[in-house]
Amino acid sequence: PASRLWAAVGAMAAAAAGPGTGSGPGDSPEGPEAEAPERRRKAHGMLKLYYGLSEGETAGRPPGSDPLDPTDLNGAHFDPEVYLDKLRRECPLAQLMDSETDMVRQIRALDSDMQTLVYENYNKFISATDTIRKMKNDFRKMEDEMDRLATNMAVITDFSARISATLQDRHERITKLAGVHALLRKLQFLFELPSRLTKCVELGAYGQAVRYQGRARAVLQQYQHLPSFRAIQDDCQVITARLAQQLRQRFREGGSGAPEQAECVELLLALGEPAEELCDEFLAHARGRLEAELQSLEAELGPSPPAPDVLEFTDLGGSGFVGGLCQVASAYQELFAAQGPAGAEKLAAFARELGGRYFALVERRLAQEQGSGDNSLLVRALDRFHRRLRAPGALLAAAGLAEAATEIVERVARERLGHHLQGLRAAFLGCLTDVRQALAAPRLAGKEGPGLAELLANVASSILSHIKASLAAVHLFTAKEVSFSNKPYFRGEFCSQGVREGLIVGFIRSMCQTAQSFCDSPGEKGGATPPALLLLLSRLCLDYETATISYILTLTDEQFLVQDQSPVTPVSTLCAEARETARRLLTHYVKVQGLVISQMLRKSVETRDWLSTLEPRNVRAVMKRVVEDTTAIDVQVGLLYEEGVRKAQSSDSSKRTFSVYSSSRQQGRYAPSYTPSAPMDTNLLSNIQKLFSERIDVFSPVEFNKVSVLTGIIKISLKTLLECVRLRTFGRFGLQQVQVDCHFLQLYLWRFVADEELVHLLLDEVVASAALRCPDPVPMEPSVVEVICERG
Amino acid sequence: MEDDAPVIYGLEFQARALTPQTAETDAIRFLVGTQSLKYDNQIHIVDFDDENNIISKNVLLHQVGEIWHISTSPADKGVLATCYNKPSDSKVLTCAAVWRMPKELEPGGHESPDDSTSPAHTLELLCHLDNTAHGSMACVAWEPAGDGKKVISLADSHILLWDLQESSSQAVLASSASLEGKGQLKFTSGRWSPHHTGTQVATANDTTIRGWDTRSMSQIYCIENAHGQLVRDLDFNPNKQYYLASCGDDCKVKFWDTRNVAEPVKTLEQHSHWVWNVRYNHSHDQLVLTGSSDSRVILSNMVSISSEPFGHLVDDDDLSDQEERRPEGKSQEPPQDSVIATYEEHEDSVYAVDWSSADPWLFASLSYDGRLVINRVPRALKYHILL
Repeated sequence: PASRLWAAVGAMAAAAAGPGTGSGPGDSPEGPEAEAPERRRKAHGMLKLYYGLSEGETAGRPPGSDPLDPTDLNGAHFDPEVYLDKLRRECPLAQLMDSETDMVRQIRALDSDMQTLVYENYNKFISATDTIRKMKNDFRKMEDEMDRLATNMAVITDFSARISATLQDRHERITKLAGVHALLRKLQFLFELPSRLTKCVELGAYGQAVRYQGRARAVLQQYQHLPSFRAIQDDCQVITARLAQQLRQRFREGGSGAPEQAECVELLLALGEPAEELCDEFLAHARGRLEAELQSLEAELGPSPPAPDVLEFTDLGGSGFVGGLCQVASAYQELFAAQGPAGAEKLAAFARELGGRYFALVERRLAQEQGSGDNSLLVRALDRFHRRLRAPGALLAAAGLAEAATEIVERVARERLGHHLQGLRAAFLGCLTDVRQALAAPRLAGKEGPGLAELLANVASSILSHIKASLAAVHLFTAKEVSFSNKPYFRGEFCSQGVREGLIVGFIRSMCQTAQSFCDSPGEKGGATPPALLLLLSRLCLDYETATISYILTLTDEQFLVQDQSPVTPVSTLCAEARETARRLLTHYVKVQGLVISQMLRKSVETRDWLSTLEPRNVRAVMKRVVEDTTAIDVQVGLLYEEGVRKAQSSDSSKRTFSVYSSSRQQGRYAPSYTPSAPMDTNLLSNIQKLFSERIDVFSPVEFNKVSVLTGIIKISLKTLLECVRLRTFGRFGLQQVQVDCHFLQLYLWRFVADEELVHLLLDEVVASAALRCPDPVPMEPSVVEVICERG
Repeated sequence: MEDDAPVIYGLEFQARALTPQTAETDAIRFLVGTQSLKYDNQIHIVDFDDENNIISKNVLLHQVGEIWHISTSPADKGVLATCYNKPSDSKVLTCAAVWRMPKELEPGGHESPDDSTSPAHTLELLCHLDNTAHGSMACVAWEPAGDGKKVISLADSHILLWDLQESSSQAVLASSASLEGKGQLKFTSGRWSPHHTGTQVATANDTTIRGWDTRSMSQIYCIENAHGQLVRDLDFNPNKQYYLASCGDDCKVKFWDTRNVAEPVKTLEQHSHWVWNVRYNHSHDQLVLTGSSDSRVILSNMVSISSEPFGHLVDDDDLSDQEERRPEGKSQEPPQDSVIATYEEHEDSVYAVDWSSADPWLFASLSYDGRLVINRVPRALKYHILL
């Protein structure tokens, strides 16, 4: 409203400014040429508009022309003064002249028009006067004629009354006669009825007979107290009974098919036979036919002949049994609609029982299908089965056939899921067997190790393709064109609980379990599982953790748009499980490999006579073997795992001498100390050293990289060496041999581990322990040790 | 709690051998044998004063060699047996001998504990267990609850039963048996069962555990591949006659029912390196102590296979009077095995752990660097078991 007001005020201001200024402010709704009065009126109009006054007036008029405009030549409120004033004010001379001539011409034209009109109307008046005069004469003649007509009419009326009075008597008699005639005809029908009925029955025109009987029944009932009618009625009843008997006979014979039977039933009903009995009979008869269908189906199932494929079977069942059932149901409903709920209940029970038997047959057939791999045929068969049953389902909602059918389909779907899960498991185990063979074979054939990475890729891709195939097969169940795919089970639970949880998550879990079982297997002696398989499985699980699981689950979620809100296993949980499995496998790998090397070292320490050994000339062969094996393991792990992080290495690791053996420490360590205050002294240095080095967890969990794996293996091996050395007693040369061996190990092992300090620490400990176990500890010159090691 | 803190005692030599003084039931006393190739070896008699938390010790010289195993007579406080290495130039042979400690060190003849300058005493040799024909002695085990006259010793592949006569001054080989098989078979450890009136002994060699009847010296049962690697130690459940614990280089502790040896009853895998020692508590057999070369001692609560019933778990094995009087069903939840505590006071491999014979809530552990640590069962657990 404010803006409108402003517009109005603006317009008024423009008007007040006078014609000289020519133009108002920019917000004026009118152009600059607008006339002042007009403007005022406009403004007025707008105010009116604002207060809702002018709405009635302005409605329906052409826009732009104000009916109150005094300058409008054709308007009702034309004011010549204002008009002239306006013209004079705004028009140039030429235009004024033009408008004057125009005006004069218009006035002349109007004058001549008026004259013409006057002449024309004058003539019409004259002719009208003539006509009126002629009419006056005619009316006078007509009045006479009318008088005469009235008298004639009175005469006619008189005659007519007289005639009807004479005919009255006869008319009544005729009416009575007509009534008697009708009655006689009815009676005749009644008397003829028995013979007619007999004829009809003979001819087989049962319908006609029933109609006659229906017509006569009420009358006969009414007049049965008259003996003659009683006789007729008795006759009729006998005939009707015969008729009913014949109808029943026909009904029972039943060869003529359902529609005719229906007709029989209809006639029997019309004859007033008890409906309930008929219901039962009808159903019993239908049962006979349907049972025949079922039996033929069962014969198809039979064990000996090669059963037709599932699709054919369901088609047979669908057209034979279900079709028959449909017919029966619809006929029944038509015939016995009057029976009310009790009749419907009877039909439902009937359908339920037969349907149950049908389902049992179908299930037996479907069970035979469980083993086969072809899902599409099965799904199509199920689809037809389900689709066929929807029709009677609508007819027989109470029998719950559709629900039962859906249940069967669901059960089959569940079983298929289980079947696929088994299939996947078997595929995984198959893969493992293949890998085992691949790992075992080349070792026999030649030196060429199996391409672990390649094997891994093979396993991964084969499992993935199996999963995808299973998903695709299962996906058929939810395809749009399949009739049961929009059932709540298939939209929700099947996708989330069945496929995602049951199939995919279940498979991944079982895969992890299978893999973990390799860790728990009693193959502690190292025999059962080849270490390379452990390594490969570990990598496989790790790959699953990092990518594959989320990929598979995303794939599943996409294919099976999960609408179910039930909780599902989150990706993270599965990943954690896979990671845990990978970790356990890798740890087990480390243990197994560590054990292999440990056994070598233990044998070498336990079987040697260290007291009487000769001065060392060489590194012992077993140490070389250890280094070789470690290198082989390094290569093997390197095929599947990344390098990992190492601590920064000192520039010259291999040249390190045994710190424990630096002379100053040796003094401290072996100083004779028998004073009671001494206990701390002997072990002080080694204890201090240990204080500053972290405790070494020998069998600690490993990380997923090569260095960590190798570190684990080397830790286990060296700790074994240490414990074995502590159980032996060494001669001087025995100690020196240990020194040489340890130096050799140090030369080659540091490169494999994350923290070379660890190797040094353990090897120092070994040499120190050997020195303690030596009654005559004279260490070898470090330079000599180096020479021997380099030579070896 | 202050008196739950461990008490540490240091020896100046490496040490592997530890035993409580079995016949002593009042004082808390442990014997530790040292291993030194260059100096005279010692047996430290460590007394622990529970009330004052003070350790006192006496040192006995054991000059014949470094001690690999030590055990005490169950009948005579002053008698003990050691397995020791004779230092020799060409070869190492472990022998075994029975000794008597000097009279003044037996309880009653207390020396002042801080008399640290007193000269070391010497052991009195009672007899040698002659093993020249049999090889190195791995361990000596006394007949438990016996009169201290029967001893089993394990020498390489032989198991020898000795009769100690004339107050232990003479050892007569009563009977023996030996392992038959390919390769060099060597016993690593053996225990004498406290049940069956002392007629059963269990031994370990490599990965196998065997049970023997001492009357006929014949094998009763055999657990092949009891552990993935070497079996290091065994112990019998003091209350359940068929239950046996074992430990080994596969870092595991396993519990066996010797009537059915196909599968272990229970397996623990808590250590990160070889487990060298396993010991049942003498009175409360749910408490199991293990020592390992990962430098840790672990006290486990094996409720589920213990003789002490928890509610429904009523065992048909012989229960002591004390246990029969225990109110049943103290806690309704099913028994849960758990690690009670992990003791990390050691910095080197722990080769021996044992319970005190006097105080069932106290145990000692010994690591290679000569550190003896005395610990107690956590007080809360103790009350939980007692009440």
